[in-house]
Amino acid sequence: MLTISDLSNEIAGKAILKGLSLTINAGEIHAIMGPNGAGKSTLAYTLGGRPGYEVTGGSVDFDGQDLLAMDPHARAAAGLFLGFQYPVEIPGVSNVQFLREALNAQRKSRGEEPLSGGAFLKLAREKADLLRMDMDMLKRPVNVGFSGGEKKRAEMVQMGILDPKLAILDETDSGLDIDALRICGEGINAIMRKPDKAVLLITHYQRLLDYVKPDFVHVLAGGRIVRSGGPELALELEQHGYEAVA
Amino acid sequence: MTSAALLPTKADEAFRYADLAALATLWPLPAEAVDVAAGETGSLSVVLAGDAPAARDLVITLGEGAVYDLRLLNAGGAYGRIAVKVRLAKGAKFHLGAAQLGGGDQTLEIVTEVVHAEPDAQSSQVVRSVLAGHATGTYLGRVVVDRGAIGTDGEQSIRAMLLDRTATANARPELEIYADDVKCAHGCAVGELDAQGLFYLQSRGLPPAEAKKLMLQAFIAEAFVDAPEEDVLTQAALQALAGLL
Repeated sequence: MLTISDLSNEIAGKAILKGLSLTINAGEIHAIMGPNGAGKSTLAYTLGGRPGYEVTGGSVDFDGQDLLAMDPHARAAAGLFLGFQYPVEIPGVSNVQFLREALNAQRKSRGEEPLSGGAFLKLAREKADLLRMDMDMLKRPVNVGFSGGEKKRAEMVQMGILDPKLAILDETDSGLDIDALRICGEGINAIMRKPDKAVLLITHYQRLLDYVKPDFVHVLAGGRIVRSGGPELALELEQHGYEAVA
Repeated sequence: MTSAALLPTKADEAFRYADLAALATLWPLPAEAVDVAAGETGSLSVVLAGDAPAARDLVITLGEGAVYDLRLLNAGGAYGRIAVKVRLAKGAKFHLGAAQLGGGDQTLEIVTEVVHAEPDAQSSQVVRSVLAGHATGTYLGRVVVDRGAIGTDGEQSIRAMLLDRTATANARPELEIYADDVKCAHGCAVGELDAQGLFYLQSRGLPPAEAKKLMLQAFIAEAFVDAPEEDVLTQAALQALAGLL
């Protein structure tokens, strides 16, 4: 589904990713762990197409398409979802309005009919229930006044509504208490653990992986994948630290 | 009644940013008087949305305890000017909600003078401007609190969003206070759309123009919230906005 080959980039002239390669197949859940500053969030933003993240080498193939040539909204329509480490507040724009317009923009670009207001609300309610989020919160402006945990759950509700093929989740577990961590973990499984979908989890800790069991674990350090393994690698990292493993 | 017959010059503060050539074609401006009697309530929406240059000159007098709600959408042709003078008697309430939306080489301006002539009157002004291309949007707003007008509450919230670096926003809220025990506040900001917010919306599938429109819609909604003609004004504003993106 996703093939990253020898990807290098820079931000404001500073090289961050230095020849990163990674392949993710449908049905797989991958976790990327690594020390601060290794380039984990940079990888997420680069795949999402954030302005200022200049690709200097390599390629990314997403289901047969050149991902790096696409605008951020086209990447979303092609089935990519980026879960933000720090979801952005948008004053005055309600979640419901934003998500309905976003979903219908995606559907339009895929040649599908727009979803009616009623059908959309039904879908939104279903996903909000899944993440135990009050529907009233979705009527409020996007992320404004939400706690850290509420923002992350709102991200997962968005993911449920938009129903992507590939989710790249950047530290979805940060800022979550124990209950919210479990709810988000279960949400990720319910929405994304399917034969035709895949997940790339970026995390510092084993605790999210207790709920969302990865098939593969990678260590990102110095802008490259320095080691890959199965779920046991995460446990090894937790015990011995990055320096010992990488 | 007409305004002074002589065409103003840039030396006249209230016309400092005006398009005088366009103004000359409209001069002299007839002043439109609005009188709201004591205890009465009134409202007015003024929409400049045509292609031709347009200028309006409103003179509003509010009697004791009168309440008036004025909404302006200034999005018209090459030149659009709306001047408003308001005089508030004891305990009167005045609210202005205005949006200026311009692109190309448009010159748009809203010039207000709100006089609290007697005690305990309240005025609030919310002005939101969105400017693209080489457009210039100006708000000149003076609040005068006369001697003896104690208990006055005057507020101005002025914000402008520049969509292009070539657009210009002028914002000058002014207070002239000749009384003690008054509450007057103004806030003023000129900025650009939040790049992080735009990327966030786009990452969910909204094309850039749609993402901008959504954010700007929220921005100008503050000018028309709770207006008697909120829907009409919002629709007209959205139409003008679409032309800027």
